[in-house]
Amino acid sequence: MPAVSMTVNGKAVSGDVEARTLLVQFLRENLRLTGTHVGCDTSQCGACVIHVDGIAAKSCTLLALQCEGAKITTIEGLAAADGPLHPMQEAFREHHGLQCGYCTPGMIMSALDIVRRRGNDLDEHTIREQLDGNICRCTGYHNIVKAIAAGAKEMGKGGTTQQAAE
Amino acid sequence: MYNFTFHRPTTVRQAAGLLARNPDAKLLAGGHSLIPVMKQRLASPAALVDLGLVEGIVGVELKGRSVSIGAMTRHADVANSPVLKEVMPALASVPGSIGDPQVRNRGTIGGSIANNDPNADYPAACLGLGATIITNKRRIAADDFFTGMFSTALEEGEIIVRVSFPVAKKAGYEKFKHPASGFALVGVFVSKRGPDIRVAVTGAGANGVFRVPSFEEALKKRFSPKSIEGLTIPASGMNADIHASAEYRAHLVGVLARRALVKATA
Ligand SMILES: Cc1cc2nc3c(=O)[nH]c(=O)nc-3n(C[C@H](O)[C@H](O)[C@H](O)COP(=O)(O)OP(=O)(O)OC[C@H]3O[C@@H](n4cnc5c(N)ncnc54)[C@H](O)[C@@H]3O)c2cc1C
Ligand code: FES
Ligand code: FES
Repeated sequence: MPAVSMTVNGKAVSGDVEARTLLVQFLRENLRLTGTHVGCDTSQCGACVIHVDGIAAKSCTLLALQCEGAKITTIEGLAAADGPLHPMQEAFREHHGLQCGYCTPGMIMSALDIVRRRGNDLDEHTIREQLDGNICRCTGYHNIVKAIAAGAKEMGKGGTTQQAAE
Repeated sequence: MYNFTFHRPTTVRQAAGLLARNPDAKLLAGGHSLIPVMKQRLASPAALVDLGLVEGIVGVELKGRSVSIGAMTRHADVANSPVLKEVMPALASVPGSIGDPQVRNRGTIGGSIANNDPNADYPAACLGLGATIITNKRRIAADDFFTGMFSTALEEGEIIVRVSFPVAKKAGYEKFKHPASGFALVGVFVSKRGPDIRVAVTGAGANGVFRVPSFEEALKKRFSPKSIEGLTIPASGMNADIHASAEYRAHLVGVLARRALVKATA
């Protein structure tokens, strides 16, 4: 089996995988990072969104081997297990931006990509348009949109569009 | 998805060598058409040749009166290219309308054109601007490149390296987005470059992207939405599925062509 190595949440990791192994399988099954979800497996729902070298991508539509040498950030990489939540996570909690939580890791990783591209001052229209690739079956999106606007603002106060603690 | 061997060349020449040596090999660009198709087992290549590390085939450059886009340039990077937004914003708007942000972060122009999905956006821009598709073997005019649904003039082992678009002073793209997939139910790209007038349609034709000579002829007198007011195209030859009938698609071609002309002449 081919070997693959990459940096995940700031840690060097490696493993032997079949060529057909998807990045999301590698993360969940090899690394046991189960925060990244599979909602559709057909590239539509965005539950699997992670960052590859700082840019959001659907990890169900990437091969692990395509990420050889890349820096991957998953939802687990945003905040230390025993520390405070990342401002975007905190905003989802505060604004009730989740119900079942299945879509939430992908929503948050996508939200950070919106901040990267569009900055900290986000209007509702921009957020809704930019969430095109993320589906939520519970919330009706309303509070997700509010949470992202608030989280983006909060990140701005920290003076950064920075995503992960890494 | 069936298993395969995986290769990561760093030059176009190496990639071509790998294709030649591995029967039943396929190129992998952004993977955002190929991987879903492999998951459905509609494709099961024995080998994948990943273009991700190949040098010299990424970027948007202004070369004289043409814009040259490397095959591995991602949709987001074309959409946000400062030089392209300045010289031909209509072309930048095409990848800007593809799918969703995550798809635009991975999908590439080379992959989109090689795939020639009948509802894809880039084929309309290529045909609507008279682009030239440059491969490791030759240069192919867009008029000769798109040969039907999911089929192109590319030969076995041929690799798209770059696409060159002549800069048109007037150009516009209008798309009726499928609300679920983001693909073009119908999309129309119009352009005028000197006497060369083009109207190219994606999404509608049963054989993929096509030009509309009757509209182009009418626009010769005056390049304005008024010139094609009331003109229609026949429903025969249009695609029909659960999303839209052939008649509706034919109707949209006229509507979207006029809207694209409004943009192009604004
Ligand atoms: C959810 C979703 C929504 C989408 N919405 C849209 C949309 O609205 N509009 C739209 O146009 N597209 C849409 N797409 C398709 C997307 O644009 C794809 O990225 C694109 O069609 C293929 O590009 P790729 O780089 O991912 O190619 P891949 O999937 O890697 O490859 C596609 C094909 O091209 C071949 N190929 C790749 N590169 C080359 C090359 N340089 N030379 C020769 N052959 C090559 C491959 O062998 C393969 O057969 C969508 C995709 C998804 C998953
Ligand atoms: S699981 Fe990847 S987009 Fe749905
Ligand atoms: S909170 Fe349940 S899917 Fe979004």
